[in-house]
Amino acid sequence: MSRKAILYLVLLAGACVVPFVGYPPFLMKCLCFALFACAFNLLIGFTGLLSFGHAMFFGFAAYACGHAAKVWGWTPEVAILFGTAAAAIMGILVGWLAVRRQGIYFAMVTLALSQMVYFICVQAPFTYAEDGIQSIPRGKLLGVIDLSDDTVMYFFVLAIFVAAFALIHRIIHSPFGQVLKSIRENEPRALSLGYDVDKYKLMAFVLSAALAGLAGATKSLSLGLATLTDVTWQMSGEVVLMTLLGGMGTILGPVVGASTIIAMENYLSGFGSWVTIIMGATFVVCVLAFRRGIVGEIEHRLVRKAGK
Amino acid sequence: MTEIFGIPIQAFMGQLTIGLVNGCFYAMLSLGLAVIFGMLNVVNFAHGALYMMGAFFSWMLLNYAGVNYWFALILAPIGVAIVGVIIEKTMLRWLYQLDHLYGLLLTFGLALIFEGIFRHNYGSSGQPYELPDIFRGAFDLGFMFLPKYRAWVVVMSIVICFATWYTIEKTRLGAYLRAGTENPKLVQAFGINVPLMVTLTYAFGVGLAGFAGVMAAPVYLVNPTMGSGIIIVVFAVVVIGGMGSILGSIITGLALGLVEGLTKVFYPEASSTVVFIIMAIVLLIRPAGLFGREK
Repeated sequence: MSRKAILYLVLLAGACVVPFVGYPPFLMKCLCFALFACAFNLLIGFTGLLSFGHAMFFGFAAYACGHAAKVWGWTPEVAILFGTAAAAIMGILVGWLAVRRQGIYFAMVTLALSQMVYFICVQAPFTYAEDGIQSIPRGKLLGVIDLSDDTVMYFFVLAIFVAAFALIHRIIHSPFGQVLKSIRENEPRALSLGYDVDKYKLMAFVLSAALAGLAGATKSLSLGLATLTDVTWQMSGEVVLMTLLGGMGTILGPVVGASTIIAMENYLSGFGSWVTIIMGATFVVCVLAFRRGIVGEIEHRLVRKAGK
Repeated sequence: MTEIFGIPIQAFMGQLTIGLVNGCFYAMLSLGLAVIFGMLNVVNFAHGALYMMGAFFSWMLLNYAGVNYWFALILAPIGVAIVGVIIEKTMLRWLYQLDHLYGLLLTFGLALIFEGIFRHNYGSSGQPYELPDIFRGAFDLGFMFLPKYRAWVVVMSIVICFATWYTIEKTRLGAYLRAGTENPKLVQAFGINVPLMVTLTYAFGVGLAGFAGVMAAPVYLVNPTMGSGIIIVVFAVVVIGGMGSILGSIITGLALGLVEGLTKVFYPEASSTVVFIIMAIVLLIRPAGLFGREK
């Protein structure tokens, strides 16, 4: 067994123990945002596309899932799938428009389109505007297992997270993932080798959008809340920061980054605007002096040590 | 009363002027973005925050120091430009060799910091900026009343935009600037101080945002979120127009303001999204933007 597999097993064992020590709702929030950041990382870290509007998939899926569970009374697994599908469809539309532009324009296009989704959510009746969808019922998994207990729900969320994480891991290490990396490294060369670059980018975008939607849908069920906050540009910025802080292009980086940011928000929640200022400062420091991120930096040191 | 398409002409023209005023701000901001992007290859996310800062500087000058609008119109942009020089010298400078995305991320962080600081000190409700006496009242044009200040904003911003266009396209200084955009190394070899030019370009671009902020202070409430609200629309404007052309960004800005105003008259529900819808359509038909050339 490789060292990496051992590391994953230890982390999984840890994740199974923490709900009995820590506060499950906080841990669920961490897992959902970790998944969100992993989905985002699939784009920025492995395809080299900076989407500055990923909150639209996260937030819209949260609304879709919340609506399905609360108004239509669907079971949690179907509601989550519905949210994910909604995000995937949105991903197809947005991606289809956005891959027409490269680099920095791609970021601006996604940001602008997500702002459009935000304004639509402000006006649409199913989002209940400022109130959001509140007290979304968790329901019974497959109609059998009652999820209202926090610890049970935590393990449901953990199962989703592990499955999605395994999927991302698989995508990255597949031939498809190698093509994505070649696009990140040198797009013209990938194109000249005969790969339909735009098609690959679109596929990566839709996968990332669907997984971000899965994260949002799971979040709305586990916290029982879907609000406008989830679709704002600030949320899009937050997921960028999580990935940047943890390490872009590393597999575990987004998990570490997301947990750090969520923990920070949790402890600083009483300080109001200071959260924004500290987030901004973290951005600046990361970009100027810490571009590898936490996990990236650790990996870099390990590799250097092994090389000596 | 005269009507246009079933809408009273007064209301119609009123929305149209509001749209035009918004368009002026879009034009000034996207112009600054285009100038900065051309020289530095940085998409300045902090542009909106610096516009907000300009508005706050003029408010602070008036309320803490009693400095009136006219001096603020000069002092506040200079203040913002100084902030710009500091940003460029201490931070942006280190990122030119890297992927353009880092410039965007850095300035995004700065925007968060600025917005957070002003929200911490002034709350998010917004402060009214008292209109100078000379601008009270309106011109009676026969078919409509044109508030004096709105007329001033439109005239002033068009003058500023065209002065900038003229400087960049027709003067020697502008020629250096354009040459620097094309090939900085060669221009440096000709003995022109390119790093200084880069710093001053950034300072000028954000100074323009600060100027727009002062102009905006009496129109909108001066509040910490005014920058982030407008910057995303300006990004859409930039995508529509393409950042390659100075004149293009001015025209696109003004036109989109007007379109927004018209939408407010005919279908108010879509007024906040119409710019983004137009962006989507332009991406479908002309992906490089109306005035852009794809690199």
